[in-house]
Amino acid sequence: MATARTYDPELLRAEKRRRENMRRLKGLGLHALLIALLFVMLYPVIWMVFSALRPEAEIFGDMGFIPTNWTLENFVRGWQLYGNLTFTQFYINSFIICALAIVGNLLACSMAAYAFARLEFRGKWFLFAIMLGTMMLPIHVQLIPQYIFFLNIGWVNTILPLVVPKFLAHDAFFIFLMVQFMRSLPSELEQAAVVDGASYWQRYWRIILPLSMPALATTAVFTFINTYNDFFSQLIYLTDTDRMTVPVALRLFLDPSGGSSSFGGLFAMVLVSIGPVLGFFLASQRLLTKGIATQGIK
Amino acid sequence: MASVTLQNLTKSYAGGALKAVNDVTLDIEEGEFLVLVGPSGCGKSTALRMIAGLEEITDGAVWIGDDFVNDVHPKDRDIAMVFQSYALYPHMSVYDNIAFPLQIARMPKAEVDTRVQEAARILELEAYLKRRPGQLSGGQRQRVAMGRAIVRKPSVFLMDEPLSNLDAKLRVQMRAEIASLQHRLGVTTIYVTHDQVEAMTMGHRVALLKDGVLQQVDTPSNMYNKPRNTFVAAFIGAPTMNLYWATLEGGNDNLGVRLGSHLLKLPAHARAEHPGLERYAGKRLIVGIRPEDVADAATVPNTDPVNKITAEVDLVEALGADVIVHLGIDAQAAEVRSSDSLDEIKADESKSRCVARFTAKSDVRIGQTVTVAFDTERLHFFDGETGEAIRA
Repeated sequence: MATARTYDPELLRAEKRRRENMRRLKGLGLHALLIALLFVMLYPVIWMVFSALRPEAEIFGDMGFIPTNWTLENFVRGWQLYGNLTFTQFYINSFIICALAIVGNLLACSMAAYAFARLEFRGKWFLFAIMLGTMMLPIHVQLIPQYIFFLNIGWVNTILPLVVPKFLAHDAFFIFLMVQFMRSLPSELEQAAVVDGASYWQRYWRIILPLSMPALATTAVFTFINTYNDFFSQLIYLTDTDRMTVPVALRLFLDPSGGSSSFGGLFAMVLVSIGPVLGFFLASQRLLTKGIATQGIK
Repeated sequence: MASVTLQNLTKSYAGGALKAVNDVTLDIEEGEFLVLVGPSGCGKSTALRMIAGLEEITDGAVWIGDDFVNDVHPKDRDIAMVFQSYALYPHMSVYDNIAFPLQIARMPKAEVDTRVQEAARILELEAYLKRRPGQLSGGQRQRVAMGRAIVRKPSVFLMDEPLSNLDAKLRVQMRAEIASLQHRLGVTTIYVTHDQVEAMTMGHRVALLKDGVLQQVDTPSNMYNKPRNTFVAAFIGAPTMNLYWATLEGGNDNLGVRLGSHLLKLPAHARAEHPGLERYAGKRLIVGIRPEDVADAATVPNTDPVNKITAEVDLVEALGADVIVHLGIDAQAAEVRSSDSLDEIKADESKSRCVARFTAKSDVRIGQTVTVAFDTERLHFFDGETGEAIRA
């Protein structure tokens, strides 16, 4: 038998309001904390942005956060570094290297990954283990032998040492990334292609590669960011100023011998140099998160 | 069109310790629709994949037409396969999915277009050619997979459970569509399924596998009416056949089957059809009866009183057209786990369930005691030791 039950709707509403207020208060507190942390972390960048927008003399002279005199002069002077040498040339150099590195990594790493993920051949697991082992080699171990090798074949002061290895599936991490992705693609898709008469190459090029788009996008984005930001190898392999890339060129603003350094130009150009990385990342963000592989299944 | 011949086809794993397909010999005629059926893990898909060339053959041989194809690449076997998951290329349009095998074969564009349009017309896919597989319903995807198979005009279609991902209603519809398409195109088809309804309704012949061993290859009607052993008898038909331990009693003109405390009289017709029964006089054997051959005695007044048994109603499932009734009867049920091992045909002392299919006229209720009539002309007899059907 059901028992009669009573409740007070007003009390219930009051309790609900109290919980709602509590939740809001917690949310507000959390946001305030996060914003404060964000400010601490972004402070150097914000300071750099304002420094780029104030006259050279004020950068270290005026301790105020917001510039008193706003100017774009640093950007104009920074871009035209000296003589005929402008940042246009450095950007062209950087973009050429980045584009070639991306193409190389996408092609070579995906081919190597396809072999490891889908083909059966003798010594596959041994070779795969060796490839993974190369990821653990510190860059410093490879640097000198590689430099001597490239010097001997006359590639120093060209972009070849920065680009050619990418076409030889040099980045084990990206191979590993793509192997993992390709393994997750349904094997029936490839078997269907086998029955349809597709060769290894056709299966790779027409089925596996288009379906690996998310892994390819990740590879492209990270290759771009890594190559674009790669100060060290570009510094040691590119010596002529007209072959320099953006990160190496930024160093020219500073005079290590204690002479006159142009901090205004430096900050302005550093600010500009963030643009491509940010733009590339935003443009390919959709691809990064898009998983299309399983749509044709079931 | 081509015939397909399997000779002693075997697939072993773990150095021969596990045989997924065991010595299967089978001839599939030109234009025939053969259904390979069996429970999960019986080796039917493996057998199909060996015919397709996707699985290495451990032993035995496969012929397609007059060609020995054991070492022939799948693409050169002149086959088309429809996968369980359809395996449509998700990044290509329906048109490109269907055209893919032709493009790979470097067929001229105009010819490709003609063939794709023709396939699309047959399968009523014309309106969807520009869509991606992800934008289609399950049934449409299934049709695209069929389109990719028929566009090549292959000699043999291989279908690996192509309807198992569809809902029940669509499955019935697609079942009819595939059967009629095969009839129209006349292409030899090997169709794998675990669903015995598909097997019975679609194929010209049905091949039943169990643990990699071929149990029976026959027409659907013979599979149902003349099962070769207890496994086939229990697998084909839903609800499944009732199987009981029994003893054969009496002489030539007065042969009867003792089920528990009941003695069912065998009519002359049944004796004539199973002459081998004579040998079992006084011995234990397994008797099978289909649910539709157990009727509510109230609805069949002219039954010989000897063949009537009283039973408790445990459960009633009204299906509309008929009623499935679970009864408790005084007989020892024979549990079939395998047909090829005597040890596994076990007597289950506690079980004496009988499933009957009554007409909708019957108004039995749970807990009621009813009198049921066994159609003794339709009894099936199996050897108690081997599980093989007793005929001659």
